[in-house]
Amino acid sequence: MTADLPDHITALIGKPQYRVTANFPVERSYGFNTLAATENGNPLYWDDDVAAELTGGMTMPVSTLSLWMRPHRWEPGAEEELVALKVHFDLKEQLGLPEAIMSDNTLILHTPVRPGDVISHHQVLRSVSGPKTTKLGSGRFWVIDIEYHNQDDDLVGVESYTGFGYRRAEEVSP
Amino acid sequence: MSTLTIDDVVVGRILPELAHDVTATTVVLGALASRDWRPMHHDYKFATERNGTQDIFLNTPNLAAWFERYITDWTGPRGRIGRMTFRMRDSIFPDDRMVFTGTVTSTETDAVGCGWVGLDITVAVGDRLCCTCTARVALPTTENDNPWARKGDDWTP
Repeated sequence: MTADLPDHITALIGKPQYRVTANFPVERSYGFNTLAATENGNPLYWDDDVAAELTGGMTMPVSTLSLWMRPHRWEPGAEEELVALKVHFDLKEQLGLPEAIMSDNTLILHTPVRPGDVISHHQVLRSVSGPKTTKLGSGRFWVIDIEYHNQDDDLVGVESYTGFGYRRAEEVSP
Repeated sequence: MSTLTIDDVVVGRILPELAHDVTATTVVLGALASRDWRPMHHDYKFATERNGTQDIFLNTPNLAAWFERYITDWTGPRGRIGRMTFRMRDSIFPDDRMVFTGTVTSTETDAVGCGWVGLDITVAVGDRLCCTCTARVALPTTENDNPWARKGDDWTP
């Protein structure tokens, strides 16, 4: 943590933000998109008999954990683009860093997600680095944790992202 | 369905390589599958002119899905991923041939009897190392064991 960080951002560190419940249930058919995109033929996700034997019914690919909290890009009443990982976009805006990439991702997987589940999550800003310069430009790294629960409040997974918000090198140079 | 058990695995074992030729469709399909509408994953002009990258590139959740596929291709359906951490060192673009390689780094049976392997996985495009990943994956301890049946205190990913 650095002393040069604005107080209002320092105050957010460690605090749960954006406690949200998805407004759509987990959809088996949408999970097929991930399986198709990666040509993943795991019978656990394609064969109901295998799923019944091993997991007591169909579950979703474990790597789709974040998918069930990723909003559709638009919904009635939306006044701006709906984005996942809102804390990441807040930091970009508040720190004046127009570009960002993710550098690290951790998934810790607990109770399997099943079709029909309704997932909730909250986001926690864990840290923000001091100013850093990489080949992309100058900015800061930050770590955001996300905890996911199902409708029974079972922990289904924890995810952590390290993001780098930056201003491109040519924009930084005088 | 074949079952890979913890007894079949030794430290240093090399996982079968997986190679895939990435196209623009690979990138866009993966991004939309993960509901990731950020334009650097489908808009060439945005990626090159705004982000400064050479092309659109694979997004993070889709990379996680590729790691899942690589791991469970090896373990079979009884293999249960407990934890994955990956670092994206360089982007993967259309026309890249990405190659997954992996090595078993540890084996153990934990205090509640669950068998675990540790994996180191890399994704490279030619000589360019793009991603590194460590994973903790539960494997059956016997042909009749099922890591998916574990819950609560019996599941420590």
